[in-house]
Amino acid sequence: MEPTVSAMAPTAKSQNPIIACTGIRLAFGTRAAKQTVLNDLSLVVGSGQIVSLLGPSGCGKSTLLRVVAGLIEPNAGEIVIDGEPVTKHMSRSSREKVSFVFQEPALLPWRTVWQNVMLPSQLRGVHSTQETRDFIEHLLGLVGFQKSDWRKFPSQLSGGMKMRASIARAMSTRPSILLLDEPFAALDDMLRSRLNDLLLTIAAEQSCTMLFVTHNISEAIYLSNAIAVMSQGRIAERMEVPFAFPREASFRSTAEFAAYYGQVVASLSRGQS
Amino acid sequence: MNASMGKSLTYIAPVLVFAVVATVWHFVVIWLRVPAIILPGPIAVMNALWLERLVLLKASWVTLQAAAVGLACSAVFGSLIAMLFSQSALIRVAMYPYVIFLQTVPIVAIAPLLIIWSGNNFRTIVLVATIISIFPVIANVTSGLLSINENLSELFRMQSATRWQMLTKLRIPAAIPQLVLGLRISSGLAVIGAIVAEFFVGNSGEYDGLGTIMTSRQANLKTAELIAALIACTCLGILLFASVNVLSATLLRRWTRRE
Repeated sequence: MEPTVSAMAPTAKSQNPIIACTGIRLAFGTRAAKQTVLNDLSLVVGSGQIVSLLGPSGCGKSTLLRVVAGLIEPNAGEIVIDGEPVTKHMSRSSREKVSFVFQEPALLPWRTVWQNVMLPSQLRGVHSTQETRDFIEHLLGLVGFQKSDWRKFPSQLSGGMKMRASIARAMSTRPSILLLDEPFAALDDMLRSRLNDLLLTIAAEQSCTMLFVTHNISEAIYLSNAIAVMSQGRIAERMEVPFAFPREASFRSTAEFAAYYGQVVASLSRGQS
Repeated sequence: MNASMGKSLTYIAPVLVFAVVATVWHFVVIWLRVPAIILPGPIAVMNALWLERLVLLKASWVTLQAAAVGLACSAVFGSLIAMLFSQSALIRVAMYPYVIFLQTVPIVAIAPLLIIWSGNNFRTIVLVATIISIFPVIANVTSGLLSINENLSELFRMQSATRWQMLTKLRIPAAIPQLVLGLRISSGLAVIGAIVAEFFVGNSGEYDGLGTIMTSRQANLKTAELIAALIACTCLGILLFASVNVLSATLLRRWTRRE
């Protein structure tokens, strides 16, 4: 069963940038067949903000997330996370400020829900502390797991529950930044909107900054403080979303929402032309 | 045809085929007056099987042990080699031709050499069974260790996981299904390896497996007994294969569990 949560407001709307990308360039392939993925891209995300990346397939959204996560090194440019540049040699503690939710739940099939969510703490060697256990118990409850489901294996879970476990795992290390790569693309609309509300709850409770890649315009508006429209490897336009939190599910069916939706669509098509 | 009839047919049909083949075999041997040395009738073979039952059981037990230990060695050493291979492309490139050599070397040709080196004993039989059955384990486990879901390896990298954590917490568990697949193929090979090695050990009395029994029955032109031993070999292969299947079902429950 999919539990419901009510949407709450992200707190701590300070404008100190926690993610600052400047002049990011990245190309794949050989010199002869070079494919530019990120082209002089700059993006600033304020602490506690939720920013959505919208854009056509192949415009570099997922790659940008991986660059911010330090998984891919750009050819040029600088990424600064909470005042520290992202490099190969950045300290473990800085690297651990960032967490990732993948497009697929990416759970280890041989581990139970509990063991999967425990994995990052285990890799850091902090899994046996009571504090960690308490926090993970809290997280599993927050994302909607009954205690009886903790011992289930991923193959016993529905797609929505797998994604909930995946989100709990990403939050288990108390990240200050959560990067989400189209996490709900495979889920139906009903489930998607419930998980949107869950994300808002988590962002508020854990005061977490989120960078959210999606193809779904309505989801982007509902979740975000700002929408960055991407096109051909750069941010074509940044739109501040003018609606206050908390946002209720009914907000999606208002006239303002529809009007703003039209503006985003216009911006997307401007970016592509 | 209804379902229950179809189900009973799956048991009855093979038995019917067996009965037809045995009957034809029986009458062909009588009508064409085939000498018992060339081809004894099915009744003579059954008779030999019954008379030799204790000898065959004892020999099967010896051969089973050799094949099973050989298979276990393949599982352990094959997995260790695969883990080494998974650590560096250079190691893979440098070592792979020699692994292919293990696969392509005619086991019949090296068994005599191994007996010279290692002696007429159980250890040599195990060695041959291991050599012939290790390749599927190496090949399968290596591919299992290397074909890791990109997102999972990114997840580990983001937690600054060490090489060791990556191996023990991700690569090895992910490769278990591949190991089991490799062992299924290897189980048949291990039995073949053990029996072929036993052909060369000779019946000096130090060692009595199914292979040694077969060479001695052949030398004495006891064809019915030879065929009886052949039947025992086949049963042994099936037994080992079935055991590996049971093992794999138990091991893989976690990987494929559904409700």
